[in-house]
Amino acid sequence: MDGAAKDAAAMPSAGLSRRAALPILAVAALLALLAALRFGSVNISAGDLLAASLDMVSGRDGGSLAATLLGLRLPRAGTAMAVGGLLALSGGLLQSLLRNPLADPYVLGVSGGASCAAMLAIAAGAGAAAIALSAAGGALLALSLLFALAHRALFARDVLLDPGKDSAILLTGVMIASLSAAVLSLVLSLAPDGRLRTMVFWLLGDLGGATSPVLAALALATWLVLGLVAQRDAAALNLMLGGDLQAYTQGVPTTQVRRRLIIVTAIATGMAVALAGAVGFVGFVAPHLVRRAVGADPRRMLPAASLLGAVLVLVADTVGRCVAAPLQLPVGALMALIGVPVFIWQLQRP
Amino acid sequence: MSTPLISCRGLEIRAGERCLVRALDFDVAPGERWAVIGPNGAGKTSLLLVLAGARPAQDGTVQLSGRPLAQWSVPDLAGLRAMVADRWIDPFATRVLDTVLAARYRLNLGAARPAAADRAQSVARDCLGVMDCLHLADRDVRHLSRGERQRVALAAALAQETALVLLDEPISHQDPRHQTQVLQALQARAACTYVGALHDINAAARFATHALLLHGDGRWVAGRAGEVLTRETLSHLFETSISEFISGPHRVFLSQD
Repeated sequence: MDGAAKDAAAMPSAGLSRRAALPILAVAALLALLAALRFGSVNISAGDLLAASLDMVSGRDGGSLAATLLGLRLPRAGTAMAVGGLLALSGGLLQSLLRNPLADPYVLGVSGGASCAAMLAIAAGAGAAAIALSAAGGALLALSLLFALAHRALFARDVLLDPGKDSAILLTGVMIASLSAAVLSLVLSLAPDGRLRTMVFWLLGDLGGATSPVLAALALATWLVLGLVAQRDAAALNLMLGGDLQAYTQGVPTTQVRRRLIIVTAIATGMAVALAGAVGFVGFVAPHLVRRAVGADPRRMLPAASLLGAVLVLVADTVGRCVAAPLQLPVGALMALIGVPVFIWQLQRP
Repeated sequence: MSTPLISCRGLEIRAGERCLVRALDFDVAPGERWAVIGPNGAGKTSLLLVLAGARPAQDGTVQLSGRPLAQWSVPDLAGLRAMVADRWIDPFATRVLDTVLAARYRLNLGAARPAAADRAQSVARDCLGVMDCLHLADRDVRHLSRGERQRVALAAALAQETALVLLDEPISHQDPRHQTQVLQALQARAACTYVGALHDINAAARFATHALLLHGDGRWVAGRAGEVLTRETLSHLFETSISEFISGPHRVFLSQD
């Protein structure tokens, strides 16, 4: 029997890596934050960074170059982390809710709806705030459409009896995403030439506009609150991985839990897309990567995936600012360039 | 007489246009073991789902421990009955021991941490041992054979520590040795009450104290196993000629066609 040996290798280890994952990710997040603040088109030395940080904390205006850069880079880094964390949280929730490792906020067409609305706003020459607002509105619209179309599959009582209903939700989402893609290409082909560049950057996912400390703080707070709300239902979600019938007979009010978590996902995705455009991939890949280390139990997987998503987007954005400085590369493209090889390497490992 | 654990009155279950069960009255007293028997598609699983509260009946009432099903909260219900389904959904790699521990969700709500965790571990291992799968504890559920996976599901239901366990074809994937072993292990828990759909008439005859025969067209017969499980009733139920032999302490039924 080599079954036991094979499982011992393939199974997430029970002890060390489960416990070590969160501290390791927290340290990684701190290091990524320091790197994001130090490096860019102009690098700040560690000493200057420390002095500028102390000035900022004590409320003095240092007036130095370091202080100015810190004031620019800190909101951007905070937004990057919140966007990554929110998208990874959505991805982890959707993969668990749909019991499908292919699910991701983008598969359900939520980002498609947000992108359509944002593109229309850009084409109409709207400002940054209006673009963000219409993105959020678009996300909400796409989600309402999904709710309306997949209502039976999402909330009907006989979901308990038919696991095949899960794919009905996924299929509806894919259809909404395809519809958004069609509308997007129409908007792009009809848009005035002068605005095309902004639109393409937005579609690729871009943190260039994330300069507001208030928005960054709001995003981080949203991430924290949604993370805690999801954590409350994580044990129930763990049972729902085994099917609604099993979870229900084990004491989980499945319909309520599903409804709460779908709303959490909607807010998280809408917020992330409104702030940074269509940053793909992170919601899909972060849950996959952490599942290898901590297992599929959402109680451990969701916080770990959330932290990893924050680190991934922050690192991708920092690299995007540095490699071709003073040019800034869109974070979404960098995300996939770094993430895809890492993901494939993970899949190839025995 | 004590309150029946399950009490059905005038129960009607339909699947689309077909009426599977009509005006079903039956009571299950604590400690009884009921076998639900009938041809394919006769509504055995549907009846179990109705009793579990997971599917609405078209008519009639179900009371569990003297309280109408609708008045039970989902967590309270999970403290009263467990259910072993006949299919399992395992989308991600999960340790066998973790699936059994997870079944104690309700018991872990608000429980004092270290003591509850220790007890959960020992109960989970006991239940795995009873179902002859303690050696699988650290394996990935997705790599088990169907028979092994079924015994893990049975262990999880026992770990839920409920008075009533609903079983949907609990030995459908078991080899002959494990068929006997599983049913004996269930039987050995004298405090437990079982309602189980069983296809194997002979296993049912050994395991059950009572039987409910479902014809699939609304007709049903309920009563003590010794009275209900006879050559005549079974031949009538399965519309095939079934004969009965005596082998030691057991009755053995054989299909003749």
